[in-house]
Amino acid sequence: MMNIPCPFCGPRNEAEFAFGGPVKPHRPDPNAVSEVEWTQYITTVPNPLGPVEERWWHVKGCGTWLTIWRDTRTHDIVEGPGDAG
Amino acid sequence: MHDMHNYSFASLLRHGINKHTTWPKAWRSPPLRDSYDVVIIGAGGHGLATAYYLAKEHGLTNIAVVERGWLGGGNIARNTITIRSNYMRDESIPFYVKSVALYEAMTRELNFNTMHSKRTMIDVIQNYPMMRDRRRRQHIMDIYGSTYEQISEAEVRKRIPALTGGGPDARLPVIGGMVHTDAAVNRHDAVAWGYARAIDAMGGEIHQQTAVESLVRGADGAIEGVQTNRGLIRAKKVAVAVSGHTTTLTETAGLTLPLRTMNLTAFVSEPVKPLVDVIVNCPDAGFYFSQSDKGEMVIGGAPDMGQSFRRDIKQHVFEDTVSAMLSLFPSFKKLKLMRQWGGHLDIAKDASPIMDETDVPGLFVTAGWWGGYKAIPAGGLTLAHLVATGRPHELMEAFTLKRFRHLDYVMETGTTTAR
Repeated sequence: MMNIPCPFCGPRNEAEFAFGGPVKPHRPDPNAVSEVEWTQYITTVPNPLGPVEERWWHVKGCGTWLTIWRDTRTHDIVEGPGDAG
Repeated sequence: MHDMHNYSFASLLRHGINKHTTWPKAWRSPPLRDSYDVVIIGAGGHGLATAYYLAKEHGLTNIAVVERGWLGGGNIARNTITIRSNYMRDESIPFYVKSVALYEAMTRELNFNTMHSKRTMIDVIQNYPMMRDRRRRQHIMDIYGSTYEQISEAEVRKRIPALTGGGPDARLPVIGGMVHTDAAVNRHDAVAWGYARAIDAMGGEIHQQTAVESLVRGADGAIEGVQTNRGLIRAKKVAVAVSGHTTTLTETAGLTLPLRTMNLTAFVSEPVKPLVDVIVNCPDAGFYFSQSDKGEMVIGGAPDMGQSFRRDIKQHVFEDTVSAMLSLFPSFKKLKLMRQWGGHLDIAKDASPIMDETDVPGLFVTAGWWGGYKAIPAGGLTLAHLVATGRPHELMEAFTLKRFRHLDYVMETGTTTAR
């Protein structure tokens, strides 16, 4: 069971949240990239054995969207590479 | 090739007289060589079935199946052994019809008792949109020789006496059912061991405790072999059959695939006397179960939210599944639960499998098996065809990687039982 830190409600039970999927790279301009790159953007998500950045929706709480880093091996919420310090 | 020791009543008598001390080993543990024609990564269901059909159908016996853990210890040991073909798509149904037929013939073909028990699946339907959707699926299944038929609520309750919930006052009353008579369960270990014994008898090798650390490409970009904890093994053809760790492995060859890894969990009750003789699937409530030959209720539910490489069950996933089950089977509240497990599986964007030669020449993947136990024989048959001939088998032409390039998805929602 994860205890997800909501910026408004504090740490809350995972059961209150809906999963919003991993954070995808920035959406490219479909006219500026090749078809291969575009279909890759549409079909492929990061699938790391380790920390993944993802979106969660506090749907049974305050309704906010938030982003966390979660280790896919342990489901521990971890510090992402960007938010150290 | 050496002879496979035939299991029969006569051999049981003969070895019985010797107090069962004279049985030969079911498969060898040969020394690992440094090159093979084909290396298959993963001695799970799909890897073993592929090796079996490579040897049997295509005469390729200079092959090795390498396994990080032990034979049959992967997802073939972490599922709910449900064999069925009630899928939704024109592309999927013939594939699963073939797989069910191969399973039914397996005990005889492998001379190994897989304890195949053809026992029918009944979908318990609790709302009208679901019933209309299942009726639509019935028409598609009729075309491809799968069986699916509607029955009344009274008939559902007659065939599943333990179903006492979901009455007229329930939030979702039971309104009827759909019957899939082809559905079966069998013994997962026997499938793995039966294949292993047959592969070994035809000259193929199985190497346990041999973990592939990375895929090795040659100067021309083609696959050259695999780096393992026991050294480099060279092969011009490598097939990846590792379920949830597919992307972890293909990324070592610089290849990304449109797959996410999920954790799907199941749990088992204490054994009780025979109570339910069909596989019960409740898509509206979100769970399914069957009673094993030992008497345990084998119960499956929904996957965890988010990607996961954890083989564990989450408390709230477990509680949701149990509460859904008790709403229809209130008497089950007396059951003690004995074991739980989770299996990693990878799922593609469209929930259909991926079986193809990748952009790395000589590197084949079989992945995206969301509920892949039922697909083991047909998956092995078709991957072996692709590896041996270089052309996709007609049953799996729709499941290549090309479909993502053209965004020509095979959207399949018949994959999980509970959905």
